[in-house]
Amino acid sequence: MRFEAPETVEAAVSLMAGESGEARALAGGTDLLVQMKTGRIQPDLVVDLKRIPSMTAIIEEDGGFRLGGAVPAAEMLEHDGLTAAWPGVCEAAYLVGSTQVMGRASLAGNLCTSSPAADTVPAMVAAGAIARLVGPDGAREVAVEDVPSGVQKNSLKKGEVVESIFLPARPARSSDAYLRFIPRTEMDIAVVGCGISLSLAEDGTIADAKVALGAVAIKVQVVSDGAKAIIGAKLDDSALDALGAACSAACNPIDDKRGTVEFRTDVAAVLARRAAKIAYDRASGDAA
Amino acid sequence: MSQLQVSTTVNGDPVEFICEPDESLMDVLRDRLGLTGTKEGCGTGDCGACTITVDGRVVCSCLVLGAEAQGRDIGTVEGMAKGSELHVLQRKFLEHAALQCGICTPGILVAAEALLKDNPDPTETEVRYWLAGNLCRCTGYDKIIRAVMDAATEMRGA
Ligand SMILES: Cc1cc2nc3c(=O)[nH]c(=O)nc-3n(C[C@H](O)[C@H](O)[C@H](O)COP(=O)(O)OP(=O)(O)OC[C@H]3O[C@@H](n4cnc5c(N)ncnc54)[C@H](O)[C@@H]3O)c2cc1C
Ligand code: FES
Ligand code: FES
Repeated sequence: MRFEAPETVEAAVSLMAGESGEARALAGGTDLLVQMKTGRIQPDLVVDLKRIPSMTAIIEEDGGFRLGGAVPAAEMLEHDGLTAAWPGVCEAAYLVGSTQVMGRASLAGNLCTSSPAADTVPAMVAAGAIARLVGPDGAREVAVEDVPSGVQKNSLKKGEVVESIFLPARPARSSDAYLRFIPRTEMDIAVVGCGISLSLAEDGTIADAKVALGAVAIKVQVVSDGAKAIIGAKLDDSALDALGAACSAACNPIDDKRGTVEFRTDVAAVLARRAAKIAYDRASGDAA
Repeated sequence: MSQLQVSTTVNGDPVEFICEPDESLMDVLRDRLGLTGTKEGCGTGDCGACTITVDGRVVCSCLVLGAEAQGRDIGTVEGMAKGSELHVLQRKFLEHAALQCGICTPGILVAAEALLKDNPDPTETEVRYWLAGNLCRCTGYDKIIRAVMDAATEMRGA
């Protein structure tokens, strides 16, 4: 194995594109190094992204936030503007492992690993986050939900890296929330995760919303019917019931020791209702 | 594999070492630099026994490559005591009998020191969550938490 730590994205891309064997980008290494240690992957080239300035910066841009592809969760949580604007994305980042893991783990790594249970992915999807990919053929922007393509599979082309993830500007009275169910209080893998982002009209009706579920299918699920169920409503019980039903309907989970199909399907509805209420209360607070 | 030459800083001292490209920083610290205070529990990020700081941030050294240390500032448990004078946390761990076999202790000390630097007056809940990635098979945690809380009190008073 070779190790490289280039200082520009272009150099990283050309190293990875030029490798005839298996090349892997290294952000925080909290997935990659575990997989290397257990022998699941044996890369010929590892390219550390953390010497590249655009990969390690959090930049305010057009009213939104651009998070470099190797920014650790801990750094996100120290950014007051980011935690105020995107509390749901940040609470998802806070759930990724321990203090030590958060000191390294990035959103881009969480996304590219493409675990169906990845915590930050439903939160990013609900947020309408856009991944900026740079590869040998140049840069392209893709919706975060289009990056994972299956269990531990992603749609990145050879040599492509996530340079940054963009959380767009949002209207006044907007907020988001992420909740997951795990069998204990810390350090476990989501049985179900739910991210919801919404914006309110001046009278408190939901003007716009996006709902995403994790760990209930081979990849993150965008639940458009769930969003439709609450748009135009003030989150009354019938809207919440419709949201829950849409989320349960979107589930196609596995049965395992962490949760049965029935349990996951049911919990998806419960988490969606709770996350919607939290996001709604946060968005209303914004207006006050 | 061709070995890499790395220049870094460990506990304030400039250090140079040679390592394999896939060698963890934990193995470098223990096997090449003789800093065996950093412990290996799991090797996969779950137990926290290998906790160190890199540029001030607590991380699992089993999930850092030695090569990544180039130009960084590394802190290990060996950097906590000043000569023969123990750090307050170390003294409180002894006073409260917050260790039995001691494998988890260096990682917890390093993690707790970083917490108190950042948050000198944490609640018990904050301490417990901060240390959730540091597993202990012996003590049942209670004495560890008490030792950290007591150290925080003394450090605030000093
Ligand atoms: C103890 C422990 C607990 C954990 N708990 C959780 C948890 O609760 N929830 C959760 O979701 N995850 C958890 N994880 C998994 C992991 O920490 C996350 O998935 C993390 O976000 C991965 O980010 P990273 O920066 O460390 O990625 P890395 O390990 O550096 O990379 C992961 C993968 O993505 C690729 N990659 C990384 N960055 C880029 C980029 N910019 N462009 C292209 N490809 C890239 C790598 O090549 C690799 O294949 C845990 C891991 C550990 C060890
Ligand atoms: S040895 Fe590193 S976390 Fe267990
Ligand atoms: S004292 Fe033995 S593991 Fe903690």
